[in-house]
Amino acid sequence: MAAVRGVGRLLRIGCYATRQTPVLTTPRFLQQRRFRVNGVQCQQPFDSTAEKPQFPGASAEFIDHLEFIKPNVISGIPVYRVMDRQGQIINPSEDPQLSKETVLNFYQKMTLLNTMDRILYESQRQGRISFYMTNYGEEGTHIGSAAALDPGDLVFGQYREAGVLMYRGFPLDLFMAQCYANADDLGKGRQMPVHYGSKDLNFVTISSPLATQIPQAAGAAYALKRENENRAVICYFGEGAASEGDAHAGFNFSATLECPLIFFCRNNGYAISTPTNEQYRGDGIAARGPGYGMMSIRVDGNDVFAVYNATKEARRRAVAENQPFLIEAMTYRIGHHSTSDDSSAYRSVDEVNYWDKQDHPISRLRHYMSARSWWGEEEERAWRKQSRKLVMEAFEKAEKRLKPKPDLLFSDVYQEMTPNLEKQKEAMWRHVHQYKEHYPVDLYDK
Amino acid sequence: MAAAARFLLRSASSKGAVSNVSGGVHSCLGVSLVKLYPSGSSTSKSQRRNVSHFTFQPDPETTKYGPTQKMNLFQSVTSALDNTLATDPTAVIFGEDVAFGGVFRCTVGLRDKYGKDRVFNTPLCEQGIVGFGIGVAVAGATAIAEIQFADYIYPAFDQIVNEAAKYRYRSGNLFNCGNLTIRAPWGCVGHGSLYHSQSPEAFFAHCPGIKIAIPRGPVQAKGLLLSCIADQNPCIFFEPKILYRAAVDQVPTEPYTIPLSQAEILQEGSDVTLVAWGTQVHVMREVATMAQEKLGVSCELIDLQTILPWDTDTVCKFDSAQKAVK
Repeated sequence: MAAVRGVGRLLRIGCYATRQTPVLTTPRFLQQRRFRVNGVQCQQPFDSTAEKPQFPGASAEFIDHLEFIKPNVISGIPVYRVMDRQGQIINPSEDPQLSKETVLNFYQKMTLLNTMDRILYESQRQGRISFYMTNYGEEGTHIGSAAALDPGDLVFGQYREAGVLMYRGFPLDLFMAQCYANADDLGKGRQMPVHYGSKDLNFVTISSPLATQIPQAAGAAYALKRENENRAVICYFGEGAASEGDAHAGFNFSATLECPLIFFCRNNGYAISTPTNEQYRGDGIAARGPGYGMMSIRVDGNDVFAVYNATKEARRRAVAENQPFLIEAMTYRIGHHSTSDDSSAYRSVDEVNYWDKQDHPISRLRHYMSARSWWGEEEERAWRKQSRKLVMEAFEKAEKRLKPKPDLLFSDVYQEMTPNLEKQKEAMWRHVHQYKEHYPVDLYDK
Repeated sequence: MAAAARFLLRSASSKGAVSNVSGGVHSCLGVSLVKLYPSGSSTSKSQRRNVSHFTFQPDPETTKYGPTQKMNLFQSVTSALDNTLATDPTAVIFGEDVAFGGVFRCTVGLRDKYGKDRVFNTPLCEQGIVGFGIGVAVAGATAIAEIQFADYIYPAFDQIVNEAAKYRYRSGNLFNCGNLTIRAPWGCVGHGSLYHSQSPEAFFAHCPGIKIAIPRGPVQAKGLLLSCIADQNPCIFFEPKILYRAAVDQVPTEPYTIPLSQAEILQEGSDVTLVAWGTQVHVMREVATMAQEKLGVSCELIDLQTILPWDTDTVCKFDSAQKAVK
């Protein structure tokens, strides 16, 4: 790329002669929007008299002994938590003091997500849906972060954030419709299961390519900043996706362009089968924040209150100060990566059991609630029964529903229907009518 | 069609063999071109002809869109961007080095006129530029992203093909990035060599969901660029960089659009159909004249203008393509 830039520069030098274009004669009439300029991010002022480095690329001091910087300079980033594993508040001043109603809602959303996961996972195993990805073990990261946001904040997710959408009120019927790709699917049956999206709930539709949403989130945050309506963007991704070039692009763009954006990394230990020690050599994802000039924190993702506090504060400051924040939520993917994966091939049952039995976000919150006598065995039994019923009803309804009408294969490629797509659609229908014994069109919406 | 395509291929390969015109890297692109083609008129017959050759044919002046001004192609691009920033307060322009005016001077003066939050530099990262632009567009604003050279668009291939092109479709029309336009200098200049000369439109031409336009001169540049910006689908706008300074038209100062997916028949003919776009249109003009003079062949010349979705009706209509097949 260096050579490339060189030639660009030559071209530029050649072009220097011409300055102003003749068409730009109108005087300034649009007021420049005032921009926050962070002192730290400014290039240092040039002062040739000072006996210090003048390189434009860094603000630094000279030293006279050879010394490499050790990568562990920022190693051992601590993990912020509010509750211990038994659900007891460690430092009362960090207690978010959420009402009983709010905490019960957290718990019900986390367990409802868990129930939905179990039923959809099983349905895939029975061949009723094509694919599924569970959220087991990461419920705390979803609910804690979703609760800390404003409903107007725009969400760019990866694919394992169903709890965020559930917290915002996405109905079970629409989750099921998407997984069944039936006629009620807002995505019109065009994507694999778990690729949810909701315009009303400001949740941008999931796409399979990893990390592509990260620079997009930066752009959206920039646009929201210019709207100046107190909105932020949150962008979820895993520690595996953070290795993609797009992650670097998103971090660097949001920092330099001062975007009100929360990067929320779910570090769940595995990218399919690849463990974190084969994914990166530094101290996780939070350690990268300083390299980009970005505020960062590591939190216990299994502590829903810690996630809530960190996200709430990051959200407040991101909007107030127009800068990105990086939250690395440490958690554990208890389920397989997806229904196409068997994790027993690369990790032990004991390891999984530890997280499932001893450090689970749902049980931690349950301990917290039990200690306050907000939730007992009876409530648990009744809620389990009720949540299972809710999920099963939605499930059965979705299964019976017709598939989307075949015309939808061709719409939305462009905003308008182009002539070639129109022709393809007509050709498809001719074919389907000619060989109708092979096409069960009665299963599809008209 | 097949005949026309073969003809095109042959022409394209002769273009591929292009060697330099003059000047070398150290001379200004514009200046070297001006030396060769002082007024855009035909090269004199006595002059020794290099392999690389074309004569820019200015468009006849039109008053259809109000007063005009003499502009070269980069100025007509600036004019289109200026019109957009003036009328659409959400519009932002960004890319590598665009803040000071861009290495090809297409954004000169715009930052001072509209503010540094609307015309700004990004870090040097093409996938970031396009990804960022998609996000701006998804949030409802107008995004005009510049890739410094079309040769460097490939890191953004995934963002263009898997993301921008599929945003509307995959979300069932809940979300879209139709407000995104990607501009990139395109094609050879004579001294750009391997990595400053590429014409990568074919890589994108088979990707449903995006539109691609390439102008043949300043009038088309402004009209097509404004169409791309207004179009509710993500568009790639390739700008023939050899024409930035060499091509001069009387261009309307007010905004106007030239419809996308509409080819323009520049010359009627009865034997062969020549389809070209961008700089090559001017080569084909000369080819058509030569074919008539030397072979007695009557050529129909079509400027395709939009590569995707292209205007099959005009190119394949009976009295054009059928003539070619003959």
